[in-house]
Amino acid sequence: MARMTMIEAIQNALDISMGRDERVVVFGEDVGYFGGVFRCTAGLQKKYGRSRCFDTPISELGIVGAAIGMAAYGLKPCVEIQFADYVYPAYDQIVSEAARLRYRSAGGFTCPLVVRMPAGGGIYGGQTHSQSPEALFTHVAGLKVVVPSTPADAKGLLTAAIEDPDPVIFLEPKRIYNGPFDGHHDRPIVPWKKHEGGEVDENYYKTPLGKAAIRRQGEGLTVLAYGTMVHVAMAAVEEAGIDAEVIDLRTLVPLDTKTIMESVRKTGRCVIVHEATQTSGFGAELAAQVQAECFYHLEAPIMRVAGWDTPYPHSQEWDYFPGPARIIRALNAVMEA
Amino acid sequence: MDQHEPLSLNVPEPEVRPGGQPDFSSVKIPSAGAIRRPDVDEDPENMRDLAFGIIRVLNRNGEAVGPWAGTLTDGELRAGLEHMLTLRTYDARMMNAQRQGKTSFYMQHLGEEAVSCAFQQVLRQGDMNFPTYRQAGLLISSGYPLVTMMNQVYSNEADPLRGRQLPIMYSSKEHGFFSISGNLATQYIQAVGWAMASAISGDDKIAAAWIGDGSTAESDFHAALVFASTYKAPVVLNIVNNQWAISTFQGIARGGSGTFAARGHGFGIPALRVDGNDFLAVHAVGKWAAERARRNLGPTIVEYVTYRAGGHSTSDDPSAYRPKEESDAWPLGDPVLRLKAHLIARGLWSEERHKQLEAEVHDRVITAQKEAEAIGTLHTGRRPSPRDMFEDVYEEMPPHLIAQRHQAGY
Ligand SMILES: Cc1ncc(C[n+]2csc(CCOP(=O)(O)OP(=O)(O)O)c2C)c(N)n1
Repeated sequence: MARMTMIEAIQNALDISMGRDERVVVFGEDVGYFGGVFRCTAGLQKKYGRSRCFDTPISELGIVGAAIGMAAYGLKPCVEIQFADYVYPAYDQIVSEAARLRYRSAGGFTCPLVVRMPAGGGIYGGQTHSQSPEALFTHVAGLKVVVPSTPADAKGLLTAAIEDPDPVIFLEPKRIYNGPFDGHHDRPIVPWKKHEGGEVDENYYKTPLGKAAIRRQGEGLTVLAYGTMVHVAMAAVEEAGIDAEVIDLRTLVPLDTKTIMESVRKTGRCVIVHEATQTSGFGAELAAQVQAECFYHLEAPIMRVAGWDTPYPHSQEWDYFPGPARIIRALNAVMEA
Repeated sequence: MDQHEPLSLNVPEPEVRPGGQPDFSSVKIPSAGAIRRPDVDEDPENMRDLAFGIIRVLNRNGEAVGPWAGTLTDGELRAGLEHMLTLRTYDARMMNAQRQGKTSFYMQHLGEEAVSCAFQQVLRQGDMNFPTYRQAGLLISSGYPLVTMMNQVYSNEADPLRGRQLPIMYSSKEHGFFSISGNLATQYIQAVGWAMASAISGDDKIAAAWIGDGSTAESDFHAALVFASTYKAPVVLNIVNNQWAISTFQGIARGGSGTFAARGHGFGIPALRVDGNDFLAVHAVGKWAAERARRNLGPTIVEYVTYRAGGHSTSDDPSAYRPKEESDAWPLGDPVLRLKAHLIARGLWSEERHKQLEAEVHDRVITAQKEAEAIGTLHTGRRPSPRDMFEDVYEEMPPHLIAQRHQAGY
């Protein structure tokens, strides 16, 4: 075991995957020589050569389109979009092509591809470096969507994503790249290196896609969250003094409905937390499924805490970010209902 | 301050509209054999002129002349004629089947048969085409069974794509034919990626990308050129300029650039223009470009100058936007008749043998059609099960899809 930041854990997963399977190739803007603006690919070009880890032109469409061709050839590309906010030029390639290649060719061609991208806000990134576009991908049949919340999961889930036979969208919550974040921006954060949550097994392992993790056991309420919001929700639950069960979804598609429903049937209450804007967000899907499966166990309406339906503002980002105060309000409301 | 007229927008228009006299005087056609043939390792800088001429091999007397002649054996030429005739006959039968309601939709190749049929002959087993919808000749020339194509057109039980794709959007890995997308141009950059993968893997296989003149306006085309030139990918970047993108003439996508081929110049990619109705010229240029790719010299752009003689699809009526006689006025002739004339001029063919071949091909196509229709058509006979609809979304069916399949009753 070693303590790693989420960035190092991702780098470690890429390194191990490239070492184990020479079909794994890594590329994107600034990814090669420099190792990526967040350093997730640092050292890989030096170790595996320029034809397995390289810089690309600034063309997200080109990065994903070329990766699809490579995947169809038989390689396993793991590409980086510098920020999730810049994935839209590649959206057609992901949605119309990668997601459907297996289906439309009846298995003749497949697309084992990973598209990694830093997502989420809380870093003063303004409206073009802060978005959480997961719902745009969960709505697409044929894609898997993953959002880790710890370095250990980032490594295990990324390894599983690279080995997965289908295209995987891998959203990296950049707010917790360097340390967990409880939503109190005015308090110092403990970096992963000094935090026991930063423990990562240095050896090869996989964290299976489609399995949620129960981060806190509880009886009174179920909180569903993923990515940065797992940490914020945990802090909010402690501060509110509520005996809540906190479930880290880890994979949005496929979704671990079993763990979710068992928990809500037990607690009878559910709060859903995500950073992305509320309307048509992934929380809506969760709420619909929970009410369909757990209606007769529910003692209160399901509530969502999400980003406001505005673009992500720069200087007001702490009013936008669903912090502990907003979550606590929702927890109390649901407990009192 | 200078005084100027108010600004006005330039919207290009074709020279003629319905009711007018077809006029192709602006298409500058060099005589056969007139255009030089550089070595395959020539510096792209020294061959920029090739993006503006039209490489032609067959002259008016059906003779093969000039530096691009002589790349095909007699047997390959006869096979080429047979492939083109097969494609044309297949098209006619399937167009008719659509009119009879046996399928929803069809797209034919009339006038463009040489492009795909000749090009396929320069590829080897294991190479990969990334086609659009007007290159079924690649499949026919590679020996893909007609009856399988028809099964797909009919979406019957034997459709290899299980009724999921539009009739003409074939897919066959074994035949080097990448699954066709309905989203134009997406395949172009994918072809470059496939070629890059071959290079990364130290393989000897090459890719061929295909696009129509209209679709070159998509960003995917430009991304493909950037990637192909940056990484010197072993890919042939084909552009089929058949003059029309549904009702929109090629000048709209081309804008002020001289030719589509010339788009390669800003990227340092060698770019050649070829007579797309000249089977021999298409083969010679395709072979040149494929050899460049195989020798790791990088990508080549090839623009095929041709004419879409039929409608865009079964949903299109071209007389609404171009003169009816325009296709007859096309100055580069009919690819089938031109190859036939060449074979006759060479003493390798005759009118009788041609009639005989036409009858044979016709029989073969009808036999395949009967076989396919005995299985089913879009609305009759045996069809893929809706249960199948849920397969292949992922390699392993996730629980939510299993639940939905049960809900659907399967
Ligand atoms: C992205 C996209 N936009 C629009 C269409 C609709 N569409 C289908 S074919 C076509 C014209 C294509 O023209 P061209 O590329 O010249 O090919 P051609 O049909 O002439 O062979 C259009 C606009 C589409 N299929 N995909």
